[in-house]
Amino acid sequence: MGLPALLLFLAFYLYPALQNLQFATRRWDGITEPEFVGFRNFTNLLTNDDLFYKTLGNNLEFTFLVVIFQTIFALLFAVYLVNNSKVNIALRTLYFFPTILSSVSVGMIWLFLYDPNFGALNLFFNKLGLNSFALNWLGDEKSALYAIAFTQVWFHTGQMMVVYIAGLQQIPKELYEAAEVDGASRWKQFRNVTWPMAMPTTLVVMAYTTIQSFRAFDLIMVMTNSTAGPNNSTNIFSTLIYLTLFNELRLGYAAAQTIFMVIVMILITWLQRQTFGKRYEK
Amino acid sequence: MYKVSRVIALVTFAAMILVPSLIVVLGSFKTDAEVYNKPLSLPETWSLGNYSRLLSDSDLDISFRNSVLVTVSSVILTLIFASLASFAIARMITVSGKVLAGLFALGLAIPAQINLVPIYYIFRDLGLTNSYIGLILINVTTTLPISIFILSAFFKQVSKEMYEASEVDGASPLRIYRSIALPLSKPAMGATAIFLFVINWNDLLWPLLLIQESEKKTLPLAMLAYRGEYFVSFSMLFTAVMVASLPMVIMYLFMQRSFIAGLTAGAVKG
Repeated sequence: MGLPALLLFLAFYLYPALQNLQFATRRWDGITEPEFVGFRNFTNLLTNDDLFYKTLGNNLEFTFLVVIFQTIFALLFAVYLVNNSKVNIALRTLYFFPTILSSVSVGMIWLFLYDPNFGALNLFFNKLGLNSFALNWLGDEKSALYAIAFTQVWFHTGQMMVVYIAGLQQIPKELYEAAEVDGASRWKQFRNVTWPMAMPTTLVVMAYTTIQSFRAFDLIMVMTNSTAGPNNSTNIFSTLIYLTLFNELRLGYAAAQTIFMVIVMILITWLQRQTFGKRYEK
Repeated sequence: MYKVSRVIALVTFAAMILVPSLIVVLGSFKTDAEVYNKPLSLPETWSLGNYSRLLSDSDLDISFRNSVLVTVSSVILTLIFASLASFAIARMITVSGKVLAGLFALGLAIPAQINLVPIYYIFRDLGLTNSYIGLILINVTTTLPISIFILSAFFKQVSKEMYEASEVDGASPLRIYRSIALPLSKPAMGATAIFLFVINWNDLLWPLLLIQESEKKTLPLAMLAYRGEYFVSFSMLFTAVMVASLPMVIMYLFMQRSFIAGLTAGAVKG
């Protein structure tokens, strides 16, 4: 009964994944005969490619910022909205709303908000007299990556908040009651009850957000008009791979880049588990 | 102190979502000059001009149809294949069930993007680029592992006695699947369907990789091209955003609970 699923999975998931390993050892433009180059794609990436290191740096910075801020805000709003009152449920529905939009739509909305000439954000800052805050958000290589990271957090905080609320509602009420009897402050209750008890959820949220941030591809493509930002300042692995494949027609090189992307992704998730998982077990 | 900071935080984030949404909705009825100078004011005249212009000088109506076709087919096929496989995993305590489960778990661990390069190459050779079938195939394949993960957890909850009783009655596995497992799993199937619907409807990556012909483009892809052409006209971009988002927004308004359940089931895969 599982046969159709199994066949599809083998043909278009597992087989390509293995083929990708083979591609990574070729120099190939997709048209002429591929040439076997051994590990040269990998050594080139590591020793002779500034763009690769810039992309790695961008991706790490982007992921770090998005994971930290999205997790903090998701937890904060979950703590605020954990009780099932009417107002809270309405706010949850509103906060979750961006999640159902497409990245392309979200990208277009923020493209307008960030626009240096017509955008609502700069209009807002100028009206407040804070003209120095009115930047060319997406056009300046100093701010472009942060602007997109902010949009990403705006996009998915509501989704992770809902995951947190499900987790927080599992925490036994007696723990809070006991803490209150002991006269623990709200911060102490958070520190000693909520945070440790919600740690399994935190790990899920961080792992999911990490993968999600690696997939910010759509958002970056829309917001930078299918480039990777001024001076590659918003190039992350997924955009780099796509541009190597389509603009440079270097299939083998792009395949080697995907392998590095997966290694980095796995390393980050492992690191998160090491840092937070250990403390949780204590 | 706690109460004040709570209200400030909640109102700020609510405004950060409401204000841009309002700008888009109102902007789709406005001229560009109005959008730029007074993004939040009501339109001077409520005009559908942007919408009729969008229809006449873009192929977004065709892309809309393509998106419906591809999304609906992908969701239905994924649900059928995934539920069959999940049922097999839940019922086969034997080695083959475990192997199947393990294989799809591997699919959860390896992100589908790793296949960007080979999929492009394989699909080109099979003549599956610029084809709805190609797009549906890759949609189904990439969403199978997560769907199977959600559904097999559910099928396992159905009590063993229920399955065993029907086996004693001599019912075939397919029959048990159809008359016991499926009816019982309606909520899980619904949640998975919504999850798949949103993912497929909004996806840009695979269409961008596989579709070049403009009459085959899905909505997100067509919008990306439209953004290139109409970069200076935000009122037109807002109109396109409205057209692309409206089906989702309407469904969300009527089925908030199922949407939230479905889209977080996908996240909580641990």
